[in-house]
Amino acid sequence: MRINITSVYVDDQAMALAFYTDKLGFTKKTDEPAGGARWLTVVSPAEPDGTELLLEPEGHPAARTYKEALVADGIPFTQFAVDDVHAEVERLKGLGVEFTQDATDFGPVVTAVLDDTCGNLIQLATMK
Amino acid sequence: MDDHADLFKALGDGTRRLILDGLAEKDGQTLFEICGRLTMRHNLASSRQAISQHLAVLEQAGLVRSRRQGRYKFHHIDTSRLRSIVERWPIDREEPEL
Repeated sequence: MRINITSVYVDDQAMALAFYTDKLGFTKKTDEPAGGARWLTVVSPAEPDGTELLLEPEGHPAARTYKEALVADGIPFTQFAVDDVHAEVERLKGLGVEFTQDATDFGPVVTAVLDDTCGNLIQLATMK
Repeated sequence: MDDHADLFKALGDGTRRLILDGLAEKDGQTLFEICGRLTMRHNLASSRQAISQHLAVLEQAGLVRSRRQGRYKFHHIDTSRLRSIVERWPIDREEPEL
């Protein structure tokens, strides 16, 4: 068994695709109509056959409540690995991305938390 | 008369003092960051809910203020109430004669 897909609930798929590709730098992998929405995934250009991230519409009314509670407390929905959190924070801030936690050294890991503009916080991490 | 009971109660707990240390080092943190620092730097295993309750005690004592910014909530340290302690028992500049 292996993990081939993981998902984030986004409030707007088109906005999410723009953010995850233009700002974060992922590339679109699949974009198919599915039940009134899109089966929309992105991958890291470093691993085009790696785990896909599904930009999933908020199909359930509870999803929004759940997301809002996480965001209020600064809790990230998921995490992406980067080579250098400090450099990535600087790059993304230059693109207008908002952070709720700047690059912080936690010993074995350096992390930062950004707002994906689609209702989620995302943690960036560099393992030392 | 304000006996500062809530202030001393808030300061009388080690976890709450570590939370204040963290905010003194870097002011304006989400609950997630506060918990992350306690876990990773002090190996503290308190739940987020427990830390949330500690923050409520600190807030009631006026030592922490929370601020909503958009959809996020940030916590800030406020040391102004500590002044009342040295006003009550002033710190002499000269060494006391014993």
